[in-house]
Amino acid sequence: MKLTKLLTSAALAAGLATGAMADTTKVGFVYVGPVGDGGWTYEHDQGRKAVVEAFGDKVETTYVENVPEGADAERVITQMALQGTDLIFTTSFGYMDPTINVAKKFPNVKFEHATGYKQADNVSVYSARFYEGRAVQGHIAGHMTKSNVIGYIASFPIPEVIRGINSAYIHAKKVNPDVQFKIIWAYTWFDPAKEADAAKALIEQGADVILQHTDSTAPQAAAQAAGNVITFGQASDMGEYAPFPRVSSIIDNWAPYYVARTKAVMDGTWESVSTWDGIGAGMVGIGEISDAVPADVKASAEALRDSLADGSYHAFTGPLNKQDGTPWLAEGETAQDYGDDGLAGLGFYVEGIEGDVPQ
Amino acid sequence: MIKLEKRPQPSRALALATPLIAVFITMIAGGLLFWALGKNPFEAIRTIFWDPLFHEQFASYSRPQLLVKAGPLILIAIGLSLGFRAGIWNIGAEGQYIMGAICGAGVGLAFYPSESFLIFPMMVVAGALGGWAWAMIPALLKVKFGTNEILVSLMLVYVAEQLLASMSLGLLRNPEGHGFPGSRNLKDYAAAHNGELIAGTGMHWGIVAAFIAVIFAYVLLNRHILGFNIRLTGEAPRAARFAGVNPTRLILFCLGTAGALAGLAGLFEVSGPAGQISIDFNVGYGFTAIIVAFLGRLHPVGILLAGLLMALTYIGGELAQLMLSLPSAAIQVFQGMLLFFLLALDLLTNYRIRIAVKGAA
Repeated sequence: MKLTKLLTSAALAAGLATGAMADTTKVGFVYVGPVGDGGWTYEHDQGRKAVVEAFGDKVETTYVENVPEGADAERVITQMALQGTDLIFTTSFGYMDPTINVAKKFPNVKFEHATGYKQADNVSVYSARFYEGRAVQGHIAGHMTKSNVIGYIASFPIPEVIRGINSAYIHAKKVNPDVQFKIIWAYTWFDPAKEADAAKALIEQGADVILQHTDSTAPQAAAQAAGNVITFGQASDMGEYAPFPRVSSIIDNWAPYYVARTKAVMDGTWESVSTWDGIGAGMVGIGEISDAVPADVKASAEALRDSLADGSYHAFTGPLNKQDGTPWLAEGETAQDYGDDGLAGLGFYVEGIEGDVPQ
Repeated sequence: MIKLEKRPQPSRALALATPLIAVFITMIAGGLLFWALGKNPFEAIRTIFWDPLFHEQFASYSRPQLLVKAGPLILIAIGLSLGFRAGIWNIGAEGQYIMGAICGAGVGLAFYPSESFLIFPMMVVAGALGGWAWAMIPALLKVKFGTNEILVSLMLVYVAEQLLASMSLGLLRNPEGHGFPGSRNLKDYAAAHNGELIAGTGMHWGIVAAFIAVIFAYVLLNRHILGFNIRLTGEAPRAARFAGVNPTRLILFCLGTAGALAGLAGLFEVSGPAGQISIDFNVGYGFTAIIVAFLGRLHPVGILLAGLLMALTYIGGELAQLMLSLPSAAIQVFQGMLLFFLLALDLLTNYRIRIAVKGAA
């Protein structure tokens, strides 16, 4: 750019604020991490790119990354709304109250909050049934483990994470009754150093399968260094560690949802909804099962995946007892989403898992 | 060989002007950075420094937000500056901030759902005490055993963070929160809520406290013997000892005040803008305040201005992300440049560079 051109554009920019392009739909995204985290935020940003690809010039997307949860989030969301954004996706649980607060002030702006439970006339909530993916992981893990010890790096003791642990355990136990889970709570979603420490500690305790509910690839690297430990990608495919140690993955695929919701705003058909989709709707993807897994295990894992996808099988099907031995689901009964002992607020382990949910 | 030589008489005018020059050089270097990222540098600088104050669409919202963001920074930095002037290095304001928030919110939540007007004042006292007590740990260890307050106060930040996580998951967890971590939202609890005093101004009790702290520190440093002792100890420790300054009392006072002010900042933040105790409640105000204290030359009025400037770069930085799609890392580099240039100019004000012949020295 020439200096004169720069100066003119500076002068122009001072005068030009907004105004033009009234027929474009503005879609904003608030991210908790950097777009390059390779996990949670990365996948949300892939969803944003899919929106751009689907609608081209008809949409204008913006995002702000690394937004701390709390007061800063409320300010960022407000500024986005002030900027004339039509639809705002807030992509972390901690944005729940800020999103609701801002939504009250901007009744004409549509909001979509990920993984929360507070809905309003202009606030939808959406989340994915990651526990379906955990079922497939548990199935593979139960078959693959030789030491019968499966390590689990958990993030925070919230229903989402506890569902995942239960689902993985139930399906590992089903194919391998001797299986034992060792769980480490990392109290972080993304901290490569802590995650690596947790993975090493689990490997030292004899785990030869590591499942993670944290977003970095550090556990993959730790498993690779150990040499005889398998892992699964979390949030994104983490394909750079395939075919070994990463044998499969759970992929968050927000793209179809983001495209559909943007379309709804364009068509004027947007309504506040609560969405909780799984493998069937494509929100949860199962990454390629690598050749490190024997063909028969791969086939049965894929059959499980397909039965979850078409709804012929539910990941939480009775008979199942709670950890303390009291009955939870009767023979053939499937878990409810809401209500007492429902999946949405799940706070207990199923029978057989050792240790306590931290309080 | 390059040598630094102390200037016999550093220019006073230059010393006062360095923050402004540093801001100016940061704008130039930052502009080059944004240019290299393919953005229009003039537009980027304007978005960061001008738009939050005067943009017709945003300014009415972001101007009050400037106060909200600057309030805790100023409050903490004032406390830190007292110690820094006396050569007492409290690096753990972040931990004291967290403890103030936990203690203050804890007191408020203990009385839920009482509507007594006494609740908020009690929370304020508890917040200040929480921060004070946390700062007393490095202070007492220093005066009793001669430990290094830099290390102890810093390490206690991580202890406080663990306590914060434990509180969000256990004792203070919202019983109606569906098992999710985090306390009740104090915004929905009128007796404990630190709301806006005048609607639309962003003014809450924490900002009032920050202004009072600025005035208090100014009077203390310029009109009070204790302030004189603090300055004397920092500038001439031996002279201070001959003058009969009691170092133990000074350490306890400086660390205690810094802790109490950081605790207050935490309390006002948790009961106001943040609303709840959560695992990620702290966002680094305690560390950023160190930059603010130095940017403000450890002078109360300077800190007030530096706090506002720092808040401006945060809010302007967000606008730049929003409107120009600048990555957040570039904004952080930009903020880092500000401190870097300030320190570099400081050095050049007090020293001159000499190219010396090898061996001559």
